[in-house]
Amino acid sequence: MSANLAPQLMLDEDALYKCAHCGFCLPACPTYRLKKVESATPRGRISLLRAVQSGNLEIEQIADQLDLCLGCRACETACPSGVPYGEILEQGRAALTKVRPLPPIYRFAYNRILGTPGGIKFAGWALWFYQVSGLRWLARRFNLVERLVNQGLAGMERAVPDVPSPIRRSRRPKVYHPKGKPKLKIAFFTGCVSEIVFPETNDNAMKVLAAAGCEVVVVPGQGCCGAVHSHAGEHDVALEQAKRNIAAFEQVEYDYIVNAAGGCGAALREYGRMLADDPEWAERARRFSDACRDFSELLATLDPLPLRPVRGTFTYQDSCHLRNGQKVTAQPRQLLRSIPGAHFVELPEADRCCGSAGTYAITHPEVSDSILHDKVERLKGTGADTLVVANPPCHLEMIEGVQRAGLAGQIQVRHIADVLAEALDPQGN
Amino acid sequence: MNSDILKELRSIVGADWCLDSPADLTAYSYDATPRYQNLPDAVVLPASTEEVSAIMKVAYKHRIPVIPRGSGSGLSAGSVPLKVGIVLALNRMDKIKEIDQENMTATFEPGVITAHLHQAVEAVGLFYPPDPGSMATSTLGGNIAEGAGGLRGLKYGVTKDYIIGLEAVLPDGQILRCGGKNAKDVTGYDLVKLLVGSEGTLAVITEGMAKLVPLPEAKRTALALFPDLPSAARSVSRIIANRIIPVTMEFMDNPTIQVVEEYAKIGLPVEAGALLLMQQDGPESVCEQDIAKMAAICREEGAFDVQLAKDAAEEAALMTARRTALSAMARKRPTTILEDVTVPRSHIAEMVEFIGRTAKKYGIQICTFGHAGDGNLHPACLTDERDEEEMERIDQAYDEIYAYALQLGGTLTGEHGVGASKAPYLEWRMGPVGMDVMKRIKLAFDPYNILNPGKLFGHQTRRRVVVRS
Repeated sequence: MSANLAPQLMLDEDALYKCAHCGFCLPACPTYRLKKVESATPRGRISLLRAVQSGNLEIEQIADQLDLCLGCRACETACPSGVPYGEILEQGRAALTKVRPLPPIYRFAYNRILGTPGGIKFAGWALWFYQVSGLRWLARRFNLVERLVNQGLAGMERAVPDVPSPIRRSRRPKVYHPKGKPKLKIAFFTGCVSEIVFPETNDNAMKVLAAAGCEVVVVPGQGCCGAVHSHAGEHDVALEQAKRNIAAFEQVEYDYIVNAAGGCGAALREYGRMLADDPEWAERARRFSDACRDFSELLATLDPLPLRPVRGTFTYQDSCHLRNGQKVTAQPRQLLRSIPGAHFVELPEADRCCGSAGTYAITHPEVSDSILHDKVERLKGTGADTLVVANPPCHLEMIEGVQRAGLAGQIQVRHIADVLAEALDPQGN
Repeated sequence: MNSDILKELRSIVGADWCLDSPADLTAYSYDATPRYQNLPDAVVLPASTEEVSAIMKVAYKHRIPVIPRGSGSGLSAGSVPLKVGIVLALNRMDKIKEIDQENMTATFEPGVITAHLHQAVEAVGLFYPPDPGSMATSTLGGNIAEGAGGLRGLKYGVTKDYIIGLEAVLPDGQILRCGGKNAKDVTGYDLVKLLVGSEGTLAVITEGMAKLVPLPEAKRTALALFPDLPSAARSVSRIIANRIIPVTMEFMDNPTIQVVEEYAKIGLPVEAGALLLMQQDGPESVCEQDIAKMAAICREEGAFDVQLAKDAAEEAALMTARRTALSAMARKRPTTILEDVTVPRSHIAEMVEFIGRTAKKYGIQICTFGHAGDGNLHPACLTDERDEEEMERIDQAYDEIYAYALQLGGTLTGEHGVGASKAPYLEWRMGPVGMDVMKRIKLAFDPYNILNPGKLFGHQTRRRVVVRS
């Protein structure tokens, strides 16, 4: 097989031809809004991949167009024809990675750090050490992150909150027990970025689930969901992640697998499809994916939480993959509205990407900043004092946006699990 | 393309807005019409009328074809660069320039998305009725060029009934302004009406002005389900005969109902033979009265279920299903070939039944839906463009469908335009004298045939078939 033929074989012709090129996806696409050219649209990218598939273009010729996509999948929600755009994009990027491997530093970060449970643990410790040792002070004093990497990572660095020490991390219970007899057994998926940067959000999510009557187990041996790898075209590494997680969760009994990261949840629910042709794993993967629920999605099916009154005005930014991948939109809003005393307002265009898109804020800082700027402008207009998010990368991105707009004193950015945990009534059942 | 010409184009729009990479050319090689694709030489995205004019001067000097394009949501291959040349994408010209509440007009650039104009004028209590199925993505420039229709055509008319002023760039780069805010104006030939629906073959529209009407106070929606086609068709005829003009009266046959339900999941019974989606707007009391009368007529003609939308959410769900009918069909088979033959509404049942028989005869699958009130039908063939043998049978079936529509006093296209896909049939409808007049108009505007060549006027006319019902 020649190297040039390989990309054609990696693309699913039937998926590509599902697109009727009606153009309904155009208004939903954030990169089209910004660039105004057809090659920056979902329909355009599909037509380019069709051209690669039929041999009229080389995959390298469409690298910029594939890279530019945020992967928010808003086009899938807008598409009346059911085109699996997310899958098509991943195939395209996997084909591209075959001829244009990722830079070594990305491979190291994705595969060795985020791609192993030990790497995730190490990164959490290292981040704490960086923050308390004076390295952070030094880096910020001399603007080292921007100088050594770029403004995208530097902005993200400034947004990272203080993380708990390794000792505090080690105090997390292995099982969270409800007050009475457990209604459901939950196996909790912790994720990589969540676990490194927002471990307390995971703690809070489990506390809230316990308050809702669930027994929650933190499954040992789990790792990253693999989304970061799929999105970067590292398909084989993504499969490794899937298999590791499936095997780890088979060691415990559960009714549902729950996570509090919209992006991870969407990836976990793809395992069944990703491994459908692997006889050893197909059934196991399907069972795993079928059991996955988002935190809000599951909570909305349980008895109302015991909440005490909270003052404040909340608004909510959708996680793209929670909305477009997992189709969970009403539940988080419903939960926020259920908090007594609080006021909920809709964020206009909450369904549009915030610009984080996983690692996109690092790889495309300018596009990302421009989208974030729009988002913060709309946020200001709501008058909310708390922006609620449902996915760790969005969480970081929105903290950065609020900081940069000089609004850090006025608008808090919080994960829905943190908001609900704080509102829990300690006397309640 | 010759690098000197590219340099000239770049000096007009700037390097960022003149594209010629293989990827960019591929991205402008199609619109929403299946089976038509061709690479242009360059893509230019101007930001102003002056830039459009300068581009046309370059094209005129070098005799280069120019293909105006909006969002590429057209269904007659009208913006596909079949004769190579420059694709002139007008998406950057996307400002609403004025909403004049006193004269009730809106003035806008051609790249404004149709739905954005709706939102802007409705915010001040005004209404722009034309609502083509693709309005969330289509541009007003494209709507004007194609003479777009929509669901509300029966009561309110279509794009041509609302456009009262235009600015357009002629092939030689001159800027033509015609029409304006006057409610009455018979000064000279009506060039506005001539350019609406001219499919980018006469001039490039760079600004449009639409008249607006007051936003109706209320809206009511009803859905009627019928065991078969003729009972639905009889209901349509009787509703109109009873002097009720509903804002929309959308029709779907059984295969359409099935695919729409599969996608939208709004609880349509998939065994129904036909459905009518009826909407009336206006003062609350008139809406109530008309919807009740229409519901009663449908029941009398055999509807087994008539539902009134209880709230805005239910109504939106019903209308959304209709709007997405076309693309929902793509779920069944990879390719959907959508036509829009139109007949006087008294002949709808005959036409739909003929389409069904013809599909059976050629062994193909056709879903028919459309705007029953105005006789504008959308027979949509679900197929796979990669299957050449089936494509051949589909072409033969559509030959018969067009011929039959003309025999009933109908027409080839109600709202999609002729473009390239119906150019071989144009003479069937226009006749030799009509064709001759059209050609002379084309020459008067565009002597070198550089504007959207290959559209409207085909290389050759399909041999006309005669069909018996």
